[in-house]
Amino acid sequence: MADKDDKNPLDSSRRTMIRTGLVAGGMFGFGFAMVPIYNVFCKVTGLNGKTDPNPYKYDAEKAQVDTSRTIKVQFVATKNTAMSWDFKPTVTEIKVHPGQVGELDFIARNPTDARMIGQAIPSVTPFQATNFLHKVECFCFTTQTLEAGEEKVMPLRIIVDQALPRHITKLTLSYTLFDVTSMGERTLAS
Amino acid sequence: MMLLHTRALFHWITESASKLKALFFMRRGWLAGLMGAFVSSSAWADWTVNMTEGVTAVSRSIYSLHMIIFIICVVIGVLVFGVMFYSILVHRKSKGAVPQQFHESTVVEILWTTVPFLILVGMAIPATKTLIDIYNTDESEIDIKITGYQWKWQYEYVGEGVSFFSTLSTPREQIQNSRIKNPNYLLEVDEPLVLPVGKKVRFLVTAADVIHSWWVPAFAVKRDAIPGFINEAWTNIDRPGIYRGQCAELCGKDHGFMPIVVDVRSEEDYEKWLVERKESAAQERMILEEDWPMARLMTKGKQVYGKVCAACHQVNGQGMPPIFPALKGADVAVNKTRVGDHVDILMNGIKGTAMQSFANQLNEAEIAAVITYERNAWGNKTGEMVTPKEILEYKKSGKYTPDPDNKTVTPFVNTNQAGL
Amino acid sequence: MTAVTDTSHHEDHHHGPAKGLMRWVLTTNHKDIGSMYLWFSFAMFLTGGAMAMVIRAELFQPGLQIIEPAFFNQMTTMHGLIMVFGAVMPAFVGLANWMIPMMIGAPDMALPRMNNWSFWILPFAALMLISTLFMEGGGPNFGWTFYAPLSTDFSPPSTTFFIFAIHMLGISSIMGAINIIATILNLRAPGMTMMKMPLFVWTWLITAYLLIAVMPVLAGAVTMMLMDIHFGTSFFNAGGGGDPVLFQHIFWFFGHPEVYIMILPSFGIVSAILPTFARKPLFGYTSMVYAVASIAFLSFIVWAHHMFTVGIPLVGELFFMYATMLIAVPTGVKVFNWVSTMFRGSMTFETPMLFSIAFVVLFTIGGFSGLMLSIAPADFQYHDTYFVVAHFHYVLVPGAIFAIFAAAYYWLPKWTGHMYDETLGKTHFWLSFIGMNLTFFPMHFIGLAGMPRRIPDYALQFADFNMIASIGGFMFGATQFLFLFIVIKCIRGGEKVGDNPWETDGLEWSVPSPAPYHTFTTPPDVK
Repeated sequence: MADKDDKNPLDSSRRTMIRTGLVAGGMFGFGFAMVPIYNVFCKVTGLNGKTDPNPYKYDAEKAQVDTSRTIKVQFVATKNTAMSWDFKPTVTEIKVHPGQVGELDFIARNPTDARMIGQAIPSVTPFQATNFLHKVECFCFTTQTLEAGEEKVMPLRIIVDQALPRHITKLTLSYTLFDVTSMGERTLAS
Repeated sequence: MMLLHTRALFHWITESASKLKALFFMRRGWLAGLMGAFVSSSAWADWTVNMTEGVTAVSRSIYSLHMIIFIICVVIGVLVFGVMFYSILVHRKSKGAVPQQFHESTVVEILWTTVPFLILVGMAIPATKTLIDIYNTDESEIDIKITGYQWKWQYEYVGEGVSFFSTLSTPREQIQNSRIKNPNYLLEVDEPLVLPVGKKVRFLVTAADVIHSWWVPAFAVKRDAIPGFINEAWTNIDRPGIYRGQCAELCGKDHGFMPIVVDVRSEEDYEKWLVERKESAAQERMILEEDWPMARLMTKGKQVYGKVCAACHQVNGQGMPPIFPALKGADVAVNKTRVGDHVDILMNGIKGTAMQSFANQLNEAEIAAVITYERNAWGNKTGEMVTPKEILEYKKSGKYTPDPDNKTVTPFVNTNQAGL
Repeated sequence: MTAVTDTSHHEDHHHGPAKGLMRWVLTTNHKDIGSMYLWFSFAMFLTGGAMAMVIRAELFQPGLQIIEPAFFNQMTTMHGLIMVFGAVMPAFVGLANWMIPMMIGAPDMALPRMNNWSFWILPFAALMLISTLFMEGGGPNFGWTFYAPLSTDFSPPSTTFFIFAIHMLGISSIMGAINIIATILNLRAPGMTMMKMPLFVWTWLITAYLLIAVMPVLAGAVTMMLMDIHFGTSFFNAGGGGDPVLFQHIFWFFGHPEVYIMILPSFGIVSAILPTFARKPLFGYTSMVYAVASIAFLSFIVWAHHMFTVGIPLVGELFFMYATMLIAVPTGVKVFNWVSTMFRGSMTFETPMLFSIAFVVLFTIGGFSGLMLSIAPADFQYHDTYFVVAHFHYVLVPGAIFAIFAAAYYWLPKWTGHMYDETLGKTHFWLSFIGMNLTFFPMHFIGLAGMPRRIPDYALQFADFNMIASIGGFMFGATQFLFLFIVIKCIRGGEKVGDNPWETDGLEWSVPSPAPYHTFTTPPDVK
């Protein structure tokens, strides 16, 4: 402060400039840091229904099937407008006990005359159930490549966690299929 | 680009002038109605000045929250502005007011911090209750998946095998002011969502391109449709009727033209409708096996084109270059060797452009018809036709192969096209 | 800061301004730069206003009349961007440049050369932004909030230029903010302690901190957009593992403090003007400072109230609802303080006072609708309707723009040495006041009745109110040329005024009128 001592105000102004400039630079970085922060936040809370991109390690020995309740799991498929594949589940819902493995297939077909890569993005509602719906096997862990005219049956194996809150009796697992040919093949899992 | 043309502008000015006259000279009753709205509570129910009470328990509790907070605001406003206007009238220099010098009072300041805080707490309690109710999607009886597209909605009755698109049905002539507007102008669709009364309906909301938002005021349901993610909402409607809403999130050019209409019926009527709808879906599949002569394809094609293509490529086929290219005279639509490309584009879209894939939005007959139409309308007189059977074949093989039975007829002259 | 002695204004004749165009290009003088900011802001105000006129003309009645929907979206987007980044923010920086050094007894801004740069970036950024309208595919058409993926995968090619323009505007604001902080912290005259600073200085100090905290976040958001569009990343593309909702979180983390950036300096202006014309000290100076500080703090933890319908979990929804409702408390304190300042004063109603009183009334109405919007369940009905449009125009037009007008009338005698034409000033006020209310009040009704925002055409039941809004809009728009005339008339001549025409306190009134090119080259002594 200019009135406190006889420091040159030009020096202190320069110091303020550097400090505030650093804050501004830090906040620019913070903007980017919001991406991983948000992802961790979503993972912990199940926000947005983003599911775990890694396969669930299923231990058949330890698994206790909770036969006292039956959970209805619905499957819906959406294709992003840029995506021309046929893509649908073979059944629209299954009933499972918590802890029991539910199995069904999705069918994808590439009707075009070019090789294409697709990525299915899962999303769960109600979102509180996100962390209780485990995927043992899913075509969404990696991109899927289909040759021209190729059809593929893609199995999906899921387990509803025994700890699923009791008021939830119905879950919906939604997949949206995106055309990611331009991004190439990759794995979402870490 | 911005001016349609000067004549339209002139038309607008004259029409506006007459509308203005009407507003000020013939509708004095309207102003009286506005004043009345502030006095009589029954006038508040009027759709045009206040929120609708709606037809669900949630919409009613939202309405009452809205009215409570509104009345609180009015009371505070009357008090604060009352003091202020009193000072303005009395404590003015021209009336010889002598300024006081007080500039703080701890008691008063503590009071006007805590009292509003307590009012807010009082307000937060019912708001929290309603919110918890809104978020309780458990135990739904019917699940409807709603997908937002640029610029239409798709409704899928999950597990019932019924799925359809719902698009604006207001004719373009009304939007362009060359015809009188319907009472439900911009709030009407070709095929509404049909729901039963008295059942808990869960909506699974998502989008296939950009973010949209599905909103029906009478249900107090507004949920963003986000590509790649699924959102949920629910409703339980009390009364049969037709309820209208609109997309509430800016989603591009025709954001203002993707209304929502929900036709709520009694449970029996709903069940009946569902059975019929399933039958008609089966019927559509049968159409494929029928005979599709050129004239029928052209009629159907014009209808489909008007519904799904004209928004971008325009009724006259001239498009809105560069984003929406012209089809009139376009190589792909007139070059006889490029029928296959034309089919390809419709079926698969063009990556990186606004042209989407219609393979799953239109049935085989509709695709065949619209391609035939595009190749023969606006002077694109190729005389070629594409048949539903060929499209079915394309769907299987991924390649367009002319059907040996398709004997392309002599150039088709359409007399209807001039002037559009 | 009541009694002020200043002996320094004899020496101003050594350094007069340079002559010609280069004076303005190279100037490092806070008054020159302040004037340039204000003129630039007014030019942008008219540009953005012209776009508003196009919007209101199209919405005059149902049906498409004048413009196509695609162009309508460009108009709403550009109107928002230009008004926020071109008109309101630069106007406040201009006022800060002119007044802060004179209010704290400083000879100039702390970093004069940076001051010059931060101004001169602006016209180029604005030109780049406006030029997008003439590019292939048109200008930005995704709303001033530019939600992905509409602004990434589905945007016109000109988006790249839009992004660079936002970067430049952001850099300009950040440099301006750094300069203001440096000036206030380091160049105060001896005896000018923090709690003696005029509220305009206080509110600007807090605003400047908000700016350096959030403008970089906006820069980050547009940089991510740029990378998504051109470098194949997937920050906001769900198909690549990104999340479009993340964009909204980042945007509103910037966006909510941003709306306070546009209102806090107004609080300072009104807190200067009301005591002057009530001839009574400001009520509750200390609580005003704390209220502004707490509003600024709260602005960082309420952003998701713009996103109540995106599907935030219940707990999040409740948190953001409660935090948002809380803002009503410090805001209420400010309003009560202003009313108490007027209470038992001895008021006169010159143009700055009229604008300030209108500010208090209309901003409070905007605050009420804000409180209504904070109730999350009710927001399901209000969200993205004209009710929201009415709300934010009630806080921004009377809030920011009326306060800027009030400031201009209040300090014009100091800047020009002449009194403005009071009759014309009052005419300007009343026409603006009526026009503004006629435009935006009916929007509450059509919003509640169910009209979504950002639509170029609407259902028939909204027709009457839209027509009234358009008439009010044209009236408000046309009136602003009167303001231009009044300012030019005041610069060119008029009744000469003394050092302190309003007979009020403050260091700025201790220097001659017009304020000499250099003031306070020796610091005044503040008792």
